Amino acid sequence: MSDIDFQAPASLQDALALLGQAGQTRPLAGGTDLMVQMRSGRMQAQRILDLKRIPGLIGIESGPAGFVIGAATPCAQIGEHGGLVAAWPGVVEAARLIGSTQVQGRASLGGNLCNASPAADSVPALIAAGAVLRVAGPAGERELAAESLQLGPGRNALAPGEVLVAIALPARAPRSGDAYLRLIPRTEMDIAVAGAGVWLALDADRRVTQARVALGAVAPTALRVDAAAQALIGSRLDDDALARLAAAASAACRPIDDKRGTAAYRTRVAGVLARRAAAIAYERACA
Amino acid sequence: MSKQRISCTVNGEPVEFLAGASQSLLDALRDELGLTGSKEGCGSGDCGACSVTLDGRLACACLVFAPEAQGRQIGTIEGLAQGGRLHPVQQQFLEHAALQCGFCTPGLLVAAKALLDRNPDPTETEVRYWLAGNLCRCTGYDKIVRAVLDAAAQLRAQEARP
Repeated sequence: MSDIDFQAPASLQDALALLGQAGQTRPLAGGTDLMVQMRSGRMQAQRILDLKRIPGLIGIESGPAGFVIGAATPCAQIGEHGGLVAAWPGVVEAARLIGSTQVQGRASLGGNLCNASPAADSVPALIAAGAVLRVAGPAGERELAAESLQLGPGRNALAPGEVLVAIALPARAPRSGDAYLRLIPRTEMDIAVAGAGVWLALDADRRVTQARVALGAVAPTALRVDAAAQALIGSRLDDDALARLAAAASAACRPIDDKRGTAAYRTRVAGVLARRAAAIAYERACA
Repeated sequence: MSKQRISCTVNGEPVEFLAGASQSLLDALRDELGLTGSKEGCGSGDCGACSVTLDGRLACACLVFAPEAQGRQIGTIEGLAQGGRLHPVQQQFLEHAALQCGFCTPGLLVAAKALLDRNPDPTETEVRYWLAGNLCRCTGYDKIVRAVLDAAAQLRAQEARP
């Protein structure tokens, strides 16, 4: 890494001013992707902008409307927040699957989202949860649905000068639940072959009234699959509904072959994971 | 760009050093502060040989920019033994011969202590998952896991003693 400039602004205003300056500025949260990419030469930067000293970038606020998670909050800290674990167990499980204990102490949802890996574990869970991303930029703040951020492998929808500051999750609706599952070839420390996040809400008769399904590692971006969610509506998650969910999930896959799995395997497994995640989400919604 | 003067606390002692903007905390610890206990295995956060604590949280020092250390509390392997007395986790690594080449050992010890600081009575499964980011190519891990479990028991016994 050649000589660069390191800045750790103490306010969002200062950070945005630095982002607006000439030269390639890379925002830094936990650095678990950024440093590896810089060292390998895959990513260039003239300036590193450490976001972690900006108020609100680390921490979780909870209130009647839900939760606001600072974009640079380490995943380990997310797993320690009792309220968030109770309300959004699927999102927390996905965040806690990323990397080792050491990586968990640094890696963040903001980094996982903006790095835009198709296999990012937290992204399908956040899409299923209906997360809203809060983005700050020269023109002020704007909000973005979680599924709108990824454009392709390593590409996100932030405009020059913009930075992701927080991830907002609604309060948990009555009789609703979420879940995330992924498949890796070992039990820990690997990248998803496929992942599936499901959120659903039930009526008093335990029939699904609303659902969201999202898949990871089976397309150039995480996918929100509305046809799969639609398969659950009106059901009590009987075998027919689950079979239609799995078929719709598999039908949406556009995966690659690589050393972790073939396209055919990923397509099949995505359906199985969606089905199992839906069953867990349903159980949580009934609890 | 010029180097930045960084003030932080390492193993409880205030220190100052000059950090390059793209330098890792691991390189700063080893090259600027002479603390060569933390090792560079992979340089990409996969092996855990450079494990340190940063404000109490376990991290790979190779994935921390040195200037990030400003004002932070850093714990390294050099801080484990107190006044020449080995920490129980170090003592148990010796008792169990839980090392061969020793290159991964500092990282494993720092990671194991971080676990026991949080969870004094971990199960074997909890130990194995907590240490999944610390790679050892010699031992097969079994002696390491037993050493950590015995260190936990030793610490609990010390704690129970008045």
